[in-house]
Amino acid sequence: MHSVIRIILQRLALGLLTLFVVSVVIFTAVNMLPGDFAQAILGQGATPEAVDAIRKDLGLDQPPVTRYFQWLGGALQGDLGNSFAQANFASFVGADSGVRTTVAQQIAPRFANTMFLAAVTACIAVPVSLVLGILAALFRNSVFDRATNVTTLTSISSPEFFLAYVLILFLAVLNPMLPSLSNIFEGMSFGERLEKTLLPALTLTLVVTAHMMRMTRAAIINLLASPYIEMARLKGLSPMRVIVKHALPNALAPIINVIALNLAYLITGVVVVEVVFVYPGIGQLFVDSVKIRDIPVVQACCLIFAAAYILLNLLADILSILSNPRLRHPK
Amino acid sequence: MTRISRRGLLKTGAAAGVLAASGLPLRAQQRGGTLRLGLAGANTSDSWDSRTHSDSYMIMAAHGAVFDCLTEVAANGELVGELAESWEASADAVTWTFKLRQGVTFHNGKAFGADDVLDSLQMHTAEGAKSAAKPIVENIAEMKKINDHEVEFTLKAGNADFPFLLSDYHICIYPSGQIEEAIAQGIGTGLYKVESFDPGVRTLLSRVDSHYKDGKSGWFDSVEMIAINDSSARMNALMTGQVDAVNRVDFKTEPLMRANPMINIFEVTGNQHFTFPMLTNVDPFTNLKVRQALKHAVDRQELVDKILLGHGAVANDNPIGPANQYFADDIEMNDYDPDKAAALLKEAGLDGLSIDLSAANAAFPGAVDASQLYQASAKAAGININVVQEPDDGYWSNVWLKKPWCACYWSGRATEDWMFSTAYESGVPWNDTGWENARFQELLLTARAELDSDKRREQYREMQMLVSKEGGTVIPMYANFVDAHSNKLTNSGIIGNVFQMDSSRMIERWWFA
Repeated sequence: MHSVIRIILQRLALGLLTLFVVSVVIFTAVNMLPGDFAQAILGQGATPEAVDAIRKDLGLDQPPVTRYFQWLGGALQGDLGNSFAQANFASFVGADSGVRTTVAQQIAPRFANTMFLAAVTACIAVPVSLVLGILAALFRNSVFDRATNVTTLTSISSPEFFLAYVLILFLAVLNPMLPSLSNIFEGMSFGERLEKTLLPALTLTLVVTAHMMRMTRAAIINLLASPYIEMARLKGLSPMRVIVKHALPNALAPIINVIALNLAYLITGVVVVEVVFVYPGIGQLFVDSVKIRDIPVVQACCLIFAAAYILLNLLADILSILSNPRLRHPK
Repeated sequence: MTRISRRGLLKTGAAAGVLAASGLPLRAQQRGGTLRLGLAGANTSDSWDSRTHSDSYMIMAAHGAVFDCLTEVAANGELVGELAESWEASADAVTWTFKLRQGVTFHNGKAFGADDVLDSLQMHTAEGAKSAAKPIVENIAEMKKINDHEVEFTLKAGNADFPFLLSDYHICIYPSGQIEEAIAQGIGTGLYKVESFDPGVRTLLSRVDSHYKDGKSGWFDSVEMIAINDSSARMNALMTGQVDAVNRVDFKTEPLMRANPMINIFEVTGNQHFTFPMLTNVDPFTNLKVRQALKHAVDRQELVDKILLGHGAVANDNPIGPANQYFADDIEMNDYDPDKAAALLKEAGLDGLSIDLSAANAAFPGAVDASQLYQASAKAAGININVVQEPDDGYWSNVWLKKPWCACYWSGRATEDWMFSTAYESGVPWNDTGWENARFQELLLTARAELDSDKRREQYREMQMLVSKEGGTVIPMYANFVDAHSNKLTNSGIIGNVFQMDSSRMIERWWFA
């Protein structure tokens, strides 16, 4: 078990380094975009004095390097800074009321919504892809196998917004069963929330199923040629039992890896789906914040995205080690 | 219906209340229901500070529901009192006395009075305050509280439009002494109070129990405003019955929506116009003949047909629009005439012309395409326009007012003086052509203080003529406000054209049929 803990610690340290690099890249990229928050927010009314006043309020008049280290210093202490968007500018109000919205306050409810969507999607997508993958392996090269492959490959090859519109057309316009607008809000009952989240969840399911299902199928088929499977068959076990009891446990490692990757995608890749369904998640907040160059929020969103990838990959690695006795007990 | 002159009402606004009461509705209103709106123009940076409002979502929420101004432009264009009951001007339009409505309370229970008016107006001129209404309030030399329900304003210079200016959506009335709280929570005197507000996502409003507009407007029990900035998502939401009305209909899908029997499109031509301003202090635009040549080198009808897909009207390089009272529609058209343009160039002593036109779609939707159409039509006159595509971001800071010739838009203003003094008066910061004309400047000042409607009409006509023929802006088109609603909603039959969504007052004025 010591080796597992060592790997976890190593990976966590590397993860932190990755987060640091990501924050530098994002900061540089946002700074390289033309225009800044002051110009974006003032639009046509961006007189030089007004722009300068807002820049001064937010500290945007300082050189980027200084600003980055100020932000980093805060972030290391768990303070992600204040959102520019909800900053109460002294220059607007005339007198600074001192009210601030922190980035954490702004992101928390949105992140919870995104996690809810990811959870609903995972609850549908993971079982469906596993079952389809196992069945496809069982009935490989049959009509069922081909049909599943073609369908899932078609859905993964289509752009997300197209899938979203197709689902809206069939499930909201032609057969009004589900709402096309997923504007969930605080105080909604769980049932309502679930109903509103179903269409985006189904869209995401179509996007991620193919990957997981095909990996399951391939990993199992790969094992079916092994001698121990042949042994199991010779014992006279049913094909279903051979696959589920004998092949699947050994195929788990690659499957878990793919599932983890797709779960990470559900958190980080939902921007388009959230915009199409007006789902108030972190993806939409991210788009809005990039539009007005709200650097603290953009930074925090990116860190969350990066952390989701790193942690889920780490989890996948640990689970595949634990699922494999040879890795669990190295010589 | 007999049309009472707006200006006639200005001197004594007492008739305003009578007029509003006599404007009998064509369809019987009824209370009830929750209005669900799907709106573009929402941002995570939204707040209840009306000084910062510039986009449709917050204008509808604050100006159109939660807050009141002193005056209001009614759907038919008349100026009526909102928190002011009546007003009177001195003969030179310098001193204005406003009688305020009695018995009005803010949503937190505070009684409305003269102090609220004075403090709310001072918000715009506070040290370092950044307000788009600053020029309006700056013109007030002195504000005096006569008693709790009467205030007197002394202006620096006479202005016959003063009551009109106070209907501006930036000048909402906040409770005195609690302004910061009111900005944080949205406490106004409007028909609807804030239940919840999530910037850039959703706003929930509910009808106050009793209000001075009872029986005249405010029919919905509650209002849910959903921010839907994505245009297809917004159209979908209306098509699938998730919302009752949407703003900014996508021109490309408009025919499909029109075909849906459950949906009505409502479209008004207001003062919104798209422009191509040239800096008249930069060569070759210093030369009047060059400017005139460019005015004759654009096919305006083609731009209306292809860029607005017919949702607009041809404009004659005139920033005053059909929603303005003294709009002069009889000025000779600067029509597309390549031969005339070429001849004008020759008069300017030029043999052909090669110029850059900077554009980005941030200027107005389709600005880059419009510039390319301009390029094509100008070629026939021997003018070679090089379209420079600029980035959307920072367009208003880096391109507009900086590049010699660019694309731009104006939402228009309710009064002629306001529009001219925002963008055409010599030396004002938004004069995006740097144009200066002594006669225009003289007329601007005389017309501003002129209370005689006929004289004013003549003065404004001459000014529009000057801008159209000599000014530095090419204004090829007025763009319509195109919005849509489900047929469950209805209205009085008159839709305001100052701004989109019934001049942003759909929440107050409409009801469920």
